Amino acid sequence: MKVLQALGIVLALMLVAYVGAALPGGRTLFGVVLPYLAFAIFIIFFIAKVMDWAKSPVPFRIPTTGGQANSLPWIKQNKLDCPSTTLGVIGRMLLEVFLFRSLFRNTQAEVHEGPKLAYGSSKFLWLFGILFHYSFLTVALRHLRLFTDPIPAFVHALEFGDGFMQVGAPVLYQTDLVFMAAVTFLLLRRLVLPNIRYISLVADYFPLFLLLGIGTTGILMRYVLRVDVVSIKMLTHGLVTFNPFIAESVTGIFFVHLFLITVLLAYFPFSKLMHAGGVFLSPTRNMANNSRMVRHINPWNDPSIKPHSYAGYEDDFREFMVEAGLPVDKELPPKEEAPAAEGDAPAES
Amino acid sequence: MANTKLEQMSDSVAKDPSMMTGAIPKKDWMDTPAIFKPGNYCYPAKQDMVEYLDKNLGSKGLFGEPRQWDVESDDWKLPENWKDIIIQGIKDRLDKFRSFKIFMDCCVRCGACADKCHFFLGTGDPKNMPVLRAELLRSIYRNEFTKAGKILGRLAGAREMTFGVLKEWFMYFYQCTECRRCSLFCPYGIDTAEITMMAREILHLVGVGTNWILEPASNSNRTGNHLGLQPHTFKENAEYLIDDIEEVTGLRLESLNFNRKGAEVLFVIPSADVFAEPGIYTFMGYLLLFDHIGLDYTISTYASEGGNFGSFTNNELMKKLNGKMYAEAKRLGVKWILGGECGHMWRVLHQYMDTMNGPADFLEVPKSPITGTVFENAASTKMVHISEFTADLIKHGKLKIDKSRNDHRVLTFHDSCNPARGMGLIDEPREIIEAVCNNFHEMPENTIREQTFCCGSGTGLNTGEIMDLRMRGGLPRANAVKHVHDKHGVNMLSCVCAIDRATLLALMEYWNPGVEVCGVSELVGNALIMDGEKERDSGLRFEPLAGMEG
Ligand code: SF4
Ligand code: SF4
Repeated sequence: MKVLQALGIVLALMLVAYVGAALPGGRTLFGVVLPYLAFAIFIIFFIAKVMDWAKSPVPFRIPTTGGQANSLPWIKQNKLDCPSTTLGVIGRMLLEVFLFRSLFRNTQAEVHEGPKLAYGSSKFLWLFGILFHYSFLTVALRHLRLFTDPIPAFVHALEFGDGFMQVGAPVLYQTDLVFMAAVTFLLLRRLVLPNIRYISLVADYFPLFLLLGIGTTGILMRYVLRVDVVSIKMLTHGLVTFNPFIAESVTGIFFVHLFLITVLLAYFPFSKLMHAGGVFLSPTRNMANNSRMVRHINPWNDPSIKPHSYAGYEDDFREFMVEAGLPVDKELPPKEEAPAAEGDAPAES
Repeated sequence: MANTKLEQMSDSVAKDPSMMTGAIPKKDWMDTPAIFKPGNYCYPAKQDMVEYLDKNLGSKGLFGEPRQWDVESDDWKLPENWKDIIIQGIKDRLDKFRSFKIFMDCCVRCGACADKCHFFLGTGDPKNMPVLRAELLRSIYRNEFTKAGKILGRLAGAREMTFGVLKEWFMYFYQCTECRRCSLFCPYGIDTAEITMMAREILHLVGVGTNWILEPASNSNRTGNHLGLQPHTFKENAEYLIDDIEEVTGLRLESLNFNRKGAEVLFVIPSADVFAEPGIYTFMGYLLLFDHIGLDYTISTYASEGGNFGSFTNNELMKKLNGKMYAEAKRLGVKWILGGECGHMWRVLHQYMDTMNGPADFLEVPKSPITGTVFENAASTKMVHISEFTADLIKHGKLKIDKSRNDHRVLTFHDSCNPARGMGLIDEPREIIEAVCNNFHEMPENTIREQTFCCGSGTGLNTGEIMDLRMRGGLPRANAVKHVHDKHGVNMLSCVCAIDRATLLALMEYWNPGVEVCGVSELVGNALIMDGEKERDSGLRFEPLAGMEG
């Protein structure tokens, strides 16, 4: 089953890191070599993919209009869902990227006897999608403390805000919980809803398990095992300053955590996770609905494709047209002289 | 009419095991073959249609090898190298369309689009979920063009191109009406309509296409309209309608004319409006309106089809058929172009025409000769929608209207997919309806405006051999109409689309008997008080007006 396959792969990866780091040379491999490699892969192939998209032509202007267009002056345009200016497009894109506007529209359809179709509002996917992305972002930004020295003020602020409930020692970050809850929801949703389960691939479960693994190991390290943060920072800060050093006190679970992140980075550019870049380039969203106002140019427009000509049309139907009293460009040849005229014609053009 | 009885169909939709009724298919979709049987596929294109179109598009093989073939057979007489043609076809389009590339790469299978498609809602067939429809092609894309797909195969959702896959494509890319409803809900704007367009282009390359699309397309090319009406017939048909107008109003309209050089405006309609009920009443509405305001217009028999059947095949044929409009506007020396009520016609006019066949620098920025309004939103394409034009006339009080002449109608309005989601023409028709009718009720909000449901038979699917499918695909629309029919007694479904006027008619007859279908301009024609007309006791279709039933 696909979900078990994905789980199996992630567990195997964890085992590989745990065992591998204990082997001779393993600490350097999993602590330094692979992370560098993965980061390089991530950067290079992410950019390559986006470049590949960006340089492919956009032959037609095809926004999906999500409301009333710019039309007559007294008809109220929906400027955000059907923008006709660059500013409007920027607004639409901001709403899309930061607030998942389209997902917010989501409904759920049901069929009842009758038949009767009903569409209920369904905001859970939107809610957990938002929660997941923003908690992930916060957690990632908080991790900057491991890569910077001095630690930037905003990271401190983020940590303070995130732990404002002041529960436990070390202080519990709410985003840790939210992150785990949201990923779990997204996973359960995939498993429970029959249609979503049916469309899911191993490649859909895999990143979720990867994230769960990363979250679990991270939480374990922080709240349960209380790993030695100072030596971890020595490694992580060393990595960004190209002076990595792995202290003895860095243990197996850290390598598991790091390796899963390594895998995530390396996997990212080749997977659906690239939606992170693609959303900015989607032609149905990032184009203004001004197709009739401003001519859009298609770089590969083929000028050799011409309509069936009027002259050809008239030639086909001239007699009928004349008979029906339709105007013609070229009159019918006078009946008797017709054959003679054929030879010596430079006919009217 | 559909083969299946209404009761049976109603039961089937609500109760038969399907993904809509909660049944979970046992087999993975990749292991579920597409099986053709009578009623679930459109008839293949006839050999001479393919020959004709190929020849007219420069013999580039865009429609594949002309031949006779049988959809139900396991030998489609494909060329030896058909797989290579398909893979190359995908590659070429990836290189030409950013949309295609992005849409192939970015889907996360969140399923937000899954239950947004009318075909899924009506059939419960999982492969009619837009996401799976796209995966049918995406799986091949992964296999041929992505590293993950090449290395991980099925784990990454990749699979090889086989004849089985080809059959799936022919089945499900002809159960998509390119309505774009899915795209509205997708967080990345993935437009399965666009994917369907690509898939159909690619299918045509190996000679897999339907006759109901290629024959009208051939007709449009030769005669100017999809019905294949020759110029004199086209003119005659239109003139019959002048007789009908005379009978209703007592007025003989002298203004109808054809192919006239020097007219101010070229008027292009979907040709069904001169030929088929109830489009003809819409046409009568146009003519009354033009006469009422004294518009200096002409209709061309050469460019007598606004609807573009090419757009259901490939962008080359779309361009070729569309090219007539500008060519004719130039030949006749008009100032600008006015377009009638048609959905996919307007998708092409709004989003493609100027790019493909412009610049229309021989035309002027459209300006209403009656109100002086300059249609800035059409400044480059120079083509205005009849609803925009009419709404402007109404706003400026240029029409003499007797609203009560539509009192025998209780109306609702169907937003056609293309004007709604490919253009944003949403409030103009409503303004008109509000001005010419007293009884108007909207359908539920999840089923109108940008969220509107397709008639279920667009993009060349309105052919008789798949009637059951069409009735299922149209169910969400019909259901919403039924809601207002039961609640407010709605008896007339208005729209601004010629395909709708044909397909909704069948849909209403099946699901909601008692609800008729009309174009918005018919309502205008009914309500217009013409100079010197007799007292009207019937509407344009000779139906008695309210209070005149006796
Ligand atoms: S809504 Fe968009 S991303 Fe989600 S499954 Fe559908 S096409 Fe894919
Ligand atoms: S474009 Fe319309 S018909 Fe096609 S998949 Fe999307 S919702 Fe369904």
